[in-house]
Amino acid sequence: MPDEPDEPDQRDERAARKLKMTLAFSRVVPHNQALGMRLIDITATEVVIELPYDPKLVGNPDTGTLHGGAITALLDGCSGAAVFTALAEPVPIATLDLRIDYLKPAEPGKSVIGKATCYKMTRNVAFTRAVAYQDDPENVIAHSVGTFMLSTKLGKP
Amino acid sequence: MTLIERMTAAKASQDYQGLIDLVPYASFLGLTAAMAGDELITTMCFADHLIGNPALPALHGGTLGALLESAAIFELLWRAETAVLPKTITLTVDYLRSGAPVDTHARSIVTRQGRRITNVRMEAWQADRNAPVATAHAIFLVMRS
Repeated sequence: MPDEPDEPDQRDERAARKLKMTLAFSRVVPHNQALGMRLIDITATEVVIELPYDPKLVGNPDTGTLHGGAITALLDGCSGAAVFTALAEPVPIATLDLRIDYLKPAEPGKSVIGKATCYKMTRNVAFTRAVAYQDDPENVIAHSVGTFMLSTKLGKP
Repeated sequence: MTLIERMTAAKASQDYQGLIDLVPYASFLGLTAAMAGDELITTMCFADHLIGNPALPALHGGTLGALLESAAIFELLWRAETAVLPKTITLTVDYLRSGAPVDTHARSIVTRQGRRITNVRMEAWQADRNAPVATAHAIFLVMRS
């Protein structure tokens, strides 16, 4: 992503796309809605999404910790959103692969925040990094890297 | 009873589904499990809330990742002599095809079982087992007491 200041029309376009993505993110994507995920922030380089704590997403009922799968869905969702944000024009994308490192369990009762960035974009492929944390962005519970195919027909790579 | 005790009881009575029902997130995804021959097949029953792209429509990538991870954990719980909840260290998912809005099946193969680390390969398919929608591999920490 370019670091130089945006032209006003780019800012307007980005603001319009941010509003559109905010509306689309949970309303149009049924699984994001089912998980209760909320889009918190979009900048030119980052997407921040909140996954509120919910007992139905628990993996271990003895401890109340969230299932790793819920963290997977969060990191997949915000990584894809980061690619959309970084695209000059919206095109269909498809996840090629996603690797997640689970550093420690999420603390029960607290939201998990996913923060993703698309750090490299080529003609065909976009590369993402994302972290999941709770109170402190430095205190990471999971880390992921992903690759996405661009301009896919019907979502097929 | 603790989760491990209830899992041990479910195993003792060959109650595959009972094992799955102990995990709230597995119910949220609509997972079921059954033995087919000597394979433990975990199935994610289709429901509208699993959709990620309503235009296609296609399953959310996160649901496929979660199915594959769950299938591996159930395999480890099922095969282990003493029930220990495996901790996922890494999970890598390759998305091969878009997931159609139908039931998705998964199975896992333990490729190496060490004293602390267990490596597992997983695959998920829909109508055609020879055309997987996603494959994955995961590394688990399984500390036996």
